[in-house]
Amino acid sequence: MINTQMQRSREFLSLLSIASGVSGYETSIATLVKERFTTIADEVRCDTFGNVYALKKGNNKSYKKIMLAAHIDEIGLIVKKIDPRGFLSFTSIGGVDQRTLLSQEVLVHGREAVPGIIGSLPPHMLQDGDSEQAVKMEDMVIDVGLSPAKLNEVIQVGDIITLKREMLPLLNNVIAGKSLDDRAGVVVMMVCLDELSRLQHAHDVIAVATTQEEVGVRGALTSAYTLNPDLAVAIDVTHATTPDTKGQVTIELGKGPAIALGPNIHPAIYRHFSEVAQEHRLPIQIEPIPGSSGTDAWAIQVSQAGVPTGLISIPLRYMHTSVETLDMQDVLDSGKLLAHFIASLPNDLEEFLCY
Amino acid sequence: MLLKSLSELNGTSGDEGLVRNFVRQQIESFTETITIDKMGNLIASKNGNSPGPKVMITAHMDEVALMIIDITSDGFLKFQPVGGIDARILVSKPVQINESLIGVIGAKAIHLQKRSERQKAMSFDQLYIDIGAKSKEDALSKVKLGDYAYFITKCELFGEGLYKGKAFDDRVGCAILVELLKNDYDFPVVAAFTVQEEVGLRGAKVAAYHVAPDFAIVIEGTIAMDVSDREEEGWVTELGKGPACSLMDRATLYSPELIQWVTDIARQKGIPLQFRRGSSGGNDAGTIHVSKAGIPTIVLSVPCRYIHSFASVISEKDYLACLNLVDELLKDLPRKLGVNLIDKEEIV
Repeated sequence: MINTQMQRSREFLSLLSIASGVSGYETSIATLVKERFTTIADEVRCDTFGNVYALKKGNNKSYKKIMLAAHIDEIGLIVKKIDPRGFLSFTSIGGVDQRTLLSQEVLVHGREAVPGIIGSLPPHMLQDGDSEQAVKMEDMVIDVGLSPAKLNEVIQVGDIITLKREMLPLLNNVIAGKSLDDRAGVVVMMVCLDELSRLQHAHDVIAVATTQEEVGVRGALTSAYTLNPDLAVAIDVTHATTPDTKGQVTIELGKGPAIALGPNIHPAIYRHFSEVAQEHRLPIQIEPIPGSSGTDAWAIQVSQAGVPTGLISIPLRYMHTSVETLDMQDVLDSGKLLAHFIASLPNDLEEFLCY
Repeated sequence: MLLKSLSELNGTSGDEGLVRNFVRQQIESFTETITIDKMGNLIASKNGNSPGPKVMITAHMDEVALMIIDITSDGFLKFQPVGGIDARILVSKPVQINESLIGVIGAKAIHLQKRSERQKAMSFDQLYIDIGAKSKEDALSKVKLGDYAYFITKCELFGEGLYKGKAFDDRVGCAILVELLKNDYDFPVVAAFTVQEEVGLRGAKVAAYHVAPDFAIVIEGTIAMDVSDREEEGWVTELGKGPACSLMDRATLYSPELIQWVTDIARQKGIPLQFRRGSSGGNDAGTIHVSKAGIPTIVLSVPCRYIHSFASVISEKDYLACLNLVDELLKDLPRKLGVNLIDKEEIV
């Protein structure tokens, strides 16, 4: 059972990871999510903003609504200019580190998906000092190996570009790939809904795969308004420690989901997560966030008359690169924790959330 | 496909075994003798007992890669380059270690960087490979100091008539040399698949000494910078315009007479040819042409964009034209060398 869930989660994450869905262009990834959610939810629908909603009904007639949110959009690039010899200049959508791009294979989503390479100079041709400066994104071009005539048939300015990367297995259930931020969060919602089918839960759960998080948590803004939930939990990723983040980051890979607390988080939700984790012997880490969490939780909390909001985050290394790295065990543990959290909520949410 | 197999095999300077074994299997059925010398060069010959000039054709088996030099207390791998690599291409890329293990070269997320950091390149000593190890001990159970990490890239058709892959420098030369060995010439031909080109043309030095050929042809993958808005005088070579004949580089001045010969044969046979219009870099000719009393040497290269990176690009037309041109040169070589060899005897 455990291994099946690991395998299923891994396969779903791999499917989502290699799919394309830059902010504002989430249609194809949304279709994948919809297909999977249809198999585990009571009802699935989409809205005009591209958000996908999966409803799992609770068994309490005077139900309350629990919203889960994980975003499906990824950072990416967009064609800015096509030069006379057929090379593409580009700029970014979302926070892209220009230093991760040289010698990177990409897919240009024109009339068809065209493979390309962000070219690099041969080391033989570098001048003294060249290698100390990062190459600026505006000085990079994409080579698609097409003659200008052919290129103009398939690619135009404004076409979206994604990075090409298979999901890669590292040691110990650790995996690396692109867009695990926040497709891993979608997998957490899948695990949670799976677990909930075996647990009794009073309240309705609506798992939302949100759009446009990377450009300002906009899908969460509109979907939270639509649902007006009684309680919401966002699932996202958070920085995990690496040799170059000492002193900046405290959350570690493989030590369980990070449970946020701070102004973005309703204290009762944080407290309940801690209790549930202890009761079910699930590992958690505490992540104090003094202001904006920079996640869907930030938008959801102030929707309509206000929504009591929580945040659980999967530890992840190298965020916003094509080799984002996480431990699948953290993903499973997050899903289980979330399911037990929901199943153990009292019927009377109002009292539970009372300050 | 031969080029795809060769491109996807891993073999850097000092670790050419997989490439050597593969090449050996490929050529066994149509060569007379195959030996591996003290450096690890694979030496194959045909027509060894024929009279006439002995010709050595070389292509190097090694590619640039990374060597693991340390493992941190938390299980990350530190590395240094084997051969010329611009550290700026490494960030956010996967690497293959020991055929069974995958690692990634990550870097601190953009959210955690200072604005000024984003403009500065990361150097080798700042970078590390993450294999998902839990600890130093966990890492040490899978990796030893001195192991190599290789670029992971599929060799595939790309754009119009192009191929994309790693290590085209110089697996493209290895592929051409394997194909050439299928042909028969009426003089002794020695193929030297050399080691350690990328760290100083060292395998070829040894091979040239013990093979002691009368003439040498080096087949290479070389720099093409015909990209974007770069001025044409900076291109060095251009994709799709045929193999490039070297004129001068850091290691060799090529014989004007031989360059003229190459040009004449290409023209006569209608094979596209370009000159390598740049003097950076060097290749096995550098040690071959000064071996013993000096060995007349020419270099023909397949132009290659983004050389020494994860994804380089060549043109299939250039590859085939290079194979064709070397074949035509070999056919004409006895006539050409007949004259030269007599000259040499007269001098002696």
